Amino acid sequence: MMVYLDNSATTRPDPEVIRVLSDVMENIYGNPSSLHGLGGKAERLVKQAREAVAKTLGVSPKGIVFTSGGTESNNAAIKGAAFQYQNRGRHLITTEVEHASVYEVCRQLQELGWKVTFLPVDVQGRVRPEDVEKALTSETVLVSVMHVNNEVGTVQPVQAIGSLLQAYPKVLFHVDAVQSFGKIPLRPKEWGIDLLSLSGHKFHGPKGVGCLYIREGLQLMPLLVGGGQEEGYRSGTQNVPGIAAFAKAALLAAEKGKQHAPRLYQWKMEMLQKLQSKLSGMMVNGDLSREGCAPHILSLAFPGLKSEVIVHALEEEGVFVSSKSACSSKGEKPSRVLKAMGLSDEEAVGAIRISMGLDTTQSDVEACTDALLRVIPQLQQVMKVHGS
Amino acid sequence: MAIYLDHAATTPVHPEVREAMLPYLDQYFGNPSSIHRYGREIRQAVDRARDQLARGLNADPSQIIFTSGGTEADNLALIGVALAQKERGRDHIITSAAEHHAVLDTCHYLERMGFRVTYLPVDATGQIQLDVLREAVSDRTALISIMYGNNEVGTLQPIRAIGELARERGILFHTDAVQAFGMEQLDVKELPVDLVTVSSHKINGPKGAGALYIGREVPLFPQMHGGQQERRRRAGTENVPGIVGFGKAAELAVANRKEHREQTMACRHAFLEELEASGIRYTVNGHPEHFLPHILNVSFPGVETEVMLMNMDLEGIACASGSACTSGTLEVSHVLKAMQLPEDVTRSAIRFSFGLGNTGEQAAEAARTAVQIARRLGQKGI
Repeated sequence: MMVYLDNSATTRPDPEVIRVLSDVMENIYGNPSSLHGLGGKAERLVKQAREAVAKTLGVSPKGIVFTSGGTESNNAAIKGAAFQYQNRGRHLITTEVEHASVYEVCRQLQELGWKVTFLPVDVQGRVRPEDVEKALTSETVLVSVMHVNNEVGTVQPVQAIGSLLQAYPKVLFHVDAVQSFGKIPLRPKEWGIDLLSLSGHKFHGPKGVGCLYIREGLQLMPLLVGGGQEEGYRSGTQNVPGIAAFAKAALLAAEKGKQHAPRLYQWKMEMLQKLQSKLSGMMVNGDLSREGCAPHILSLAFPGLKSEVIVHALEEEGVFVSSKSACSSKGEKPSRVLKAMGLSDEEAVGAIRISMGLDTTQSDVEACTDALLRVIPQLQQVMKVHGS
Repeated sequence: MAIYLDHAATTPVHPEVREAMLPYLDQYFGNPSSIHRYGREIRQAVDRARDQLARGLNADPSQIIFTSGGTEADNLALIGVALAQKERGRDHIITSAAEHHAVLDTCHYLERMGFRVTYLPVDATGQIQLDVLREAVSDRTALISIMYGNNEVGTLQPIRAIGELARERGILFHTDAVQAFGMEQLDVKELPVDLVTVSSHKINGPKGAGALYIGREVPLFPQMHGGQQERRRRAGTENVPGIVGFGKAAELAVANRKEHREQTMACRHAFLEELEASGIRYTVNGHPEHFLPHILNVSFPGVETEVMLMNMDLEGIACASGSACTSGTLEVSHVLKAMQLPEDVTRSAIRFSFGLGNTGEQAAEAARTAVQIARRLGQKGI
């Protein structure tokens, strides 16, 4: 039996999503740019997919640009805005807890001569809207803040930031919503968001497909050129089966998320209660309030233990969780996010992330709880023996 | 019964490729970067696909960078090398006027970033001239990018000679082999190339996957930043099913290359025989000897390209005006323009491209249909 609780790394595609992908791959293989009937069929399918995704976000289909994934969306949004508007200024604002595909892009731009403010976060991992406002200068072209942190699940005040930025119409607002879509409400248009990144494989869609919402009329320097697909925002033959499957996954996630998310939160809190009552030396990272966290992510730290050791011990029990973000899990260094929240090195290297999906069941969560209750005291005992 | 003759635009996914992909959508859906066993199994699948690609090009697996497709691989090769080379005082790029837009538009982009770009002319067959190239290179040339085989007319470029010249002058050489892969033998150990672009959906693999071969010691400035995937040269969670499918497609394409050539060549001959027998006026655009067998570009003077296309489509035959990426625009192809062909030829050109499942009989039927349409619409009295 396998208990998969690493859904922030990637999710199992929904059976309906697989069916769409497989059907389209088999039957609608035309190139949407071709003029003939088969091309037309493919083009219509992409159009329908665009409309469906737009609907789940409450935006116009014109604003949806399909990409190869969340990383590309983040790269395209930030570099695209930075290069396009460099005459306005070369200052960007982001946070210390962004995903690598935002953080590293900003560091890259720094090397190319841009000024970047990396805002600190509080102990729960949350940036303060007033800090964003204080950091604004006449040179600022973009603010990029993630919606839900991928390591600890803390929800950022993007609505408040979006609303304060209304007073600065020349400053663009990008939100990496890769972890939030389908889990908590997301209204880019109402919240004053200009650019928003999504990734299919984080909500039971296919890998290799993402999208970037671009507020209508906003120009961006494209990341990929040649062919002019996606209204020139993103060249390259569209991944038609992937796009159709992405749209299916978006519709399903938007629908299922509403019912399932409250349950995930409840299971998370029940799990936490059990663990807290029976384990010693455990820290909980991030916000746990209903409004302040994504329901599906739980970050725990066991100072004195190594996260890799815990992950492998759980693996032996058939439970799959992660040490930190998959994109950086190979690095030996303690998590940048946890350090930014004020954890010591010792605390940060003992952190694990448990992340649920829209297919997670209560018994999955219980199995994980039981496994932790078995594994953690054993490991702590071993450490004590070795330490003494 | 529909006949699909637009394999240069995109190809149907091979049933074996689809089969190979399905487990990675369902049972093996993990993230290859995850440290647990579940991630490691997925990592091995990506590694196997990388080996398949590497074998297809006779490269080392570490020299293969997976991308989201040919366009991304071209962008990465040109921008990535140009930016890395600029630091060394090289700010000049040489390409040809007949390249795919993924290369041409990237060159325009580099011009905006301050690079100088030479667009080599091509002759009436679509080939560049080596002496013109020789004159164009300078100590500041960072990169030469010339496609292996043209996507609109099939003309093969003198890749070996270009590569040798580039090596002689210490200049890096990129070739877009999207159309040639699976058709020509591509051996990077034997061919003087430094970067090669290939695309999955042109060889009966899935859309959304491509790769860039990059030689050792070729400096590259990544275009996607983030995670440490692809040896830090291309961030982003790997499109595992796409990569697995691409690997399988590459393996099949290389294994079946000779048969595939023969089959497409037979289609080509059958098509041309019908045209010849009909007595209508037509010209074949491209090189008479050095061409990719699956791409046949024919003009029917007097019948506008779009009119022919629409009528062929009504008869159930899918073909193309030029590259699919620009065919939505209804502009005269930049390739034919660069070949400086007469206007009645450029305005009536149709690309037929053969592939998996096509037969000589289908090709002949398509040719007969084209002849009928040409007679009915333009070439009255023939």
